[in-house]
Parts: sequence; structure tokens; C-alpha cells
Amino acid sequence: MTILLAILLGIFFGFALQRVGATNPQNIINMMRLKDLHLMKAIFFGIGVSSILLFLLMAVGVIDAGHLSVKSSYGGVIVGGAILGLGFAVAGYCPGTSLTALADGRKDALFFVGGGLLGALIYTLMYGSIQGTWLFNKIAGGKVMLATGSDKFQALLPMIPGTLLALIIGGIFMLIAWKLPDKA
Amino acid sequence: MNGQLNWFKGGLLLGAAFLVAVAFVKPIGVSTQFVIADGIVWNLFSDTVVQKNPESKSGYSSSNAYLNKSGGKYAKNIANPINYSFIFVLAMVAGAFLSSRLGGPQATKMDRSAPEVWRQRFGENPTLRYVTVFFAGVLVLFGARLAGGCTSGHMMSGMMQTSLSGYLFAVGAFAIGVPAAILVYKRN
Repeated sequence: MTILLAILLGIFFGFALQRVGATNPQNIINMMRLKDLHLMKAIFFGIGVSSILLFLLMAVGVIDAGHLSVKSSYGGVIVGGAILGLGFAVAGYCPGTSLTALADGRKDALFFVGGGLLGALIYTLMYGSIQGTWLFNKIAGGKVMLATGSDKFQALLPMIPGTLLALIIGGIFMLIAWKLPDKA
Repeated sequence: MNGQLNWFKGGLLLGAAFLVAVAFVKPIGVSTQFVIADGIVWNLFSDTVVQKNPESKSGYSSSNAYLNKSGGKYAKNIANPINYSFIFVLAMVAGAFLSSRLGGPQATKMDRSAPEVWRQRFGENPTLRYVTVFFAGVLVLFGARLAGGCTSGHMMSGMMQTSLSGYLFAVGAFAIGVPAAILVYKRN
């Protein structure tokens, strides 16, 4: 059953990435050099809509809050994000879009995936020697989210009702998506 | 629905994919599976990299500190490649193929070597593109593993859940990525 879900949900996500133009590195590069923000608008809109629906559906009990999986915050998240950002901007691929770009017949994506496998291997071999460093110092307690809604993860802003906060943040994301210019 | 979707429809479709994934199973993530793929190959040539270990939380352990992390859950997935997260990522490729066949945006023959913005800046020779993109791939997956997730897991799934890590990741990625793209490709 989980394997069937993996196939169906994976196909859906891959389909969405291709159809929104995320498998085309031209769109990513033009987003990063602030030339064509169509993809950024789609990403902001997608996050806003899914976040609002997620918290509403959790509040009424349709989605099990136990499905949430909040990743830890530590120095390496920012440093790693920056290293990823450099490669992402030059190549126009991220891990997910490089794999789905293979389905477009893009040969450069194949080289990216090859490099990606090497990068992941280098990290796997290096982890033992960096695991005790400042890079892994937790920020704000580690696995934290802004809104309440989960028993597993601490909320940073517990004084605001979680669903309301998620609605506000999601609304801001949708507003940014709407207001950003398409072409710059 | 043919060709590339506009930001509104595309955003809805993308958001729906992230929402149904967390509704049925768990938030979407991709970059861990590069480690799993490496591990599967490594495991073919090594008897010690992944071992059954009843004392470990996952039932598996590894001689490698990273694969042994979190109770050996990576070691377990390497030993059992038919697991949700790995199959999900393979299915993504099938989904993109389906979209491309069913009226999705198409890549021209030249686009398949390098996008137009690259060709305008660096010429038509694909070798430079392939070499550069290979090293970019090294950076992206190294960075993603250091961060504990990539654009899917941290940025989209993370910010959807309002996780702090998602915002931190996005700040890091765009703070370096935007100036880098402008420097490499210029604004015009």
C-alpha cells in the first residue's frame, strides 16, 4: 500500500514539476537572476495555498498532524542552503528538478545527477569528521515551527492560535505571489 | 492545460502535490535519496557498510557515521530499496515523462544540451555546460545534505509547515543564489 502511494504521489509531483516549467533550467536561472519570476510566483502561491489548507484540514481532523515532519534548524541549514544556492543558480537544477528533467531528455541534467551522486557521497564520507562542529549547533531549539498544530514539534509563537497564524503566513505568501511582477 | 502552466494554475498544481503527500503519508523530500542511491551501489561492493543489527532502532547499522545516523534509518533504506521515499523519487521521473507526453512544455534539441540563457552567454559547445553542471551538482547535493534537505524538503514542505528551518534554508539559498546568477549570467 505504501509503495502504491509512493508511485501515485511521486507521479503527481513529477507531473506538477514538469507542467509548471521547473524541469527547464532556463526558468530557474531566470528566476535567480530576477528576470522572469513566473516560477517564483508559482512557488510562493503553492506554498501559501498548501499551508493554509494543511492547517485548516488538520484543525478539522481530516489530516493527521502526526504526518508533519519538521526538520531541525542548525547553522548548517543556512550554510548548506548557501552552497546549494550557488550550484542551483549556475546549473538551474535542484535535486528534484534534475531528476525530472531527465524525462525531458535533457543531457545536462544527467551530468548534474552524476555530480549530485558524487556530492552526496562526499558528504556521507565527511559527516563523521564534521558532526561535532558548530555547524550542527541548534538554532531556537532545533525542530521548531512557527505555528502550533503538532504535538511532536514545539511552536515558536504559541501565543497565536496555530491555524490563524498559518492562515496569515499563507495569505502573505499568496499576496507576494500575486504582487510580484511576472517579468522584470 | 497544454504547455507550461501560468503561475496561478502551476502554483495550485504544485501546492496540491505537496498537500496530498503530507495528507496521505509525509512531506515530500528528494535529496536524501541521492545518499540512498550511493549507498545501494556501495552496499554491492562492501559487506560492512550496511549490516543487520537487532540493537539498532531501525534493525540496521552502518560502519559509516552518516548512514548510521538516527538509529540507522538510512542503512535500513539502503538494505531495502523498495521503500516509500526511494520509489517516490523514481516515480517522479515517470510523472514528468507523462506530463511531457500529455502536452507539457517541450525542450528543443538545443535546450537538451544547455538552456538558451547559457548558450547566449557561453556559446553552443555543450562540454563546458556539462562540466560546469557536474560540479554544480556536487555543490547542490553536498549543500542539501549539510542543510538536511533541498528545495522540496526544506523550502516547499518546510515553509508549508511553517518550520523555522525552511525559512533559514530559503534565506541561505537565495542570499547566495541570486547574486551568483546575476554575476554569472548578467541581468541582460
